[in-house]
Amino acid sequence: MIVAVASGKGGTGKTTIATNMAVSLKDTLSVQLLDCDTEEPNVHLFIDHEISHSEDVMLPVPTIDHDKCTHCGICVQKCAFNALADIKVKLLVFEELCHGCGGCMLLCPAGAIAETYQKIGSVKSGHAFGMGFVYGILEVGAVLAPPVIKKVKAHIKNNVAVIIDAPPGTSCPMINAVSGADYCILVTEPTPFGLSDLKLALKVVQELEIPFGVIINRAGMEYPDMENYLSKEDIPVLMKIPFDRRYAACYAEGKLLTEEFPELREEFKNLWYAIERQVKA
Amino acid sequence: MKVAVTSVGTDLDSMIDERFGRSSYFIIADTDSDEFEVFENEGLSSAHGTGVQVAQFIAEKGVQAIITGKIGPNAVKILKESGIDVFIANSMTVRQALANFLEGKLEKISGATTGQHNK
Repeated sequence: MIVAVASGKGGTGKTTIATNMAVSLKDTLSVQLLDCDTEEPNVHLFIDHEISHSEDVMLPVPTIDHDKCTHCGICVQKCAFNALADIKVKLLVFEELCHGCGGCMLLCPAGAIAETYQKIGSVKSGHAFGMGFVYGILEVGAVLAPPVIKKVKAHIKNNVAVIIDAPPGTSCPMINAVSGADYCILVTEPTPFGLSDLKLALKVVQELEIPFGVIINRAGMEYPDMENYLSKEDIPVLMKIPFDRRYAACYAEGKLLTEEFPELREEFKNLWYAIERQVKA
Repeated sequence: MKVAVTSVGTDLDSMIDERFGRSSYFIIADTDSDEFEVFENEGLSSAHGTGVQVAQFIAEKGVQAIITGKIGPNAVKILKESGIDVFIANSMTVRQALANFLEGKLEKISGATTGQHNK
């Protein structure tokens, strides 16, 4: 089973849920923990791990043979991302707009376009506490997270408990991270911002037809609109993590909640099994 | 000479649209004959590389200069390579901008005024 941990809003506790759930399950199940928040991965900061393999993620971008280019304009018309501009005296390439589809090279009747590869990120894989652990990291200045996320997810094995820490937001990176998951946990907090962004994230998982439930982190803060909304929409609340200064202090030191508060392990295990029952039902 | 101006409306008394790529209209005026043509911005519907698309459109129109408010690096590169000068004007009508241009009062820029996406 693949479970993605996502949220609209950043800083709600996705990494906390993903890492603690993974660590709570590792003695009972074969677990893979994937950090798909490639712009700011930080699962590796919370768990002792060993990286045994690192691979570069390359994106093919066009290079132009200006002697061969006839300025027919086909590549410019076909590029969905306006990464090419033909001003008759010259064909210009804007690498940072290119999504690496290779269409221009394929369609160029003059054979004037070749591909060169640009590094946009890397994927690191290894082990942590006996679990499989993989994370992706985007190069500074690179804009395309999905190819890096796909490479992280290519490590997913069959018949393993897979936990994905997704990036925040509701656009391509988040969609790529949660796509294909059997279940999506949406982490939120009882604030107007938490609720507003949760509503956006819900639209994504509903559109993707992924079953979902909500975890309320920092529960106990006075904001009744959150629970009113969830009960009105009949959205299951999987777990509530209380707004507790001791938890905040533990997190601030980069420690796992389940190490400092072992009683939470059972809760995270039960969370996984409750999700499993729902997915199999 | 032919000069393009980014405009919020379709006549010379419209205000300048200060955004280059997201401008509503382009007015291309012939400063010798006082005639002008109006073009809708077809780049408005594109989600990516709007500046690139719009700059190419302007380059194809054979203008010698463009007057706008803010412009990004990709668009400037295309206009420069095409030999089109970029002038900056804000908070005035297209007519005023053209008059100021002819009197040499507008600032000519050689690089972008903003990053991509107005950042």
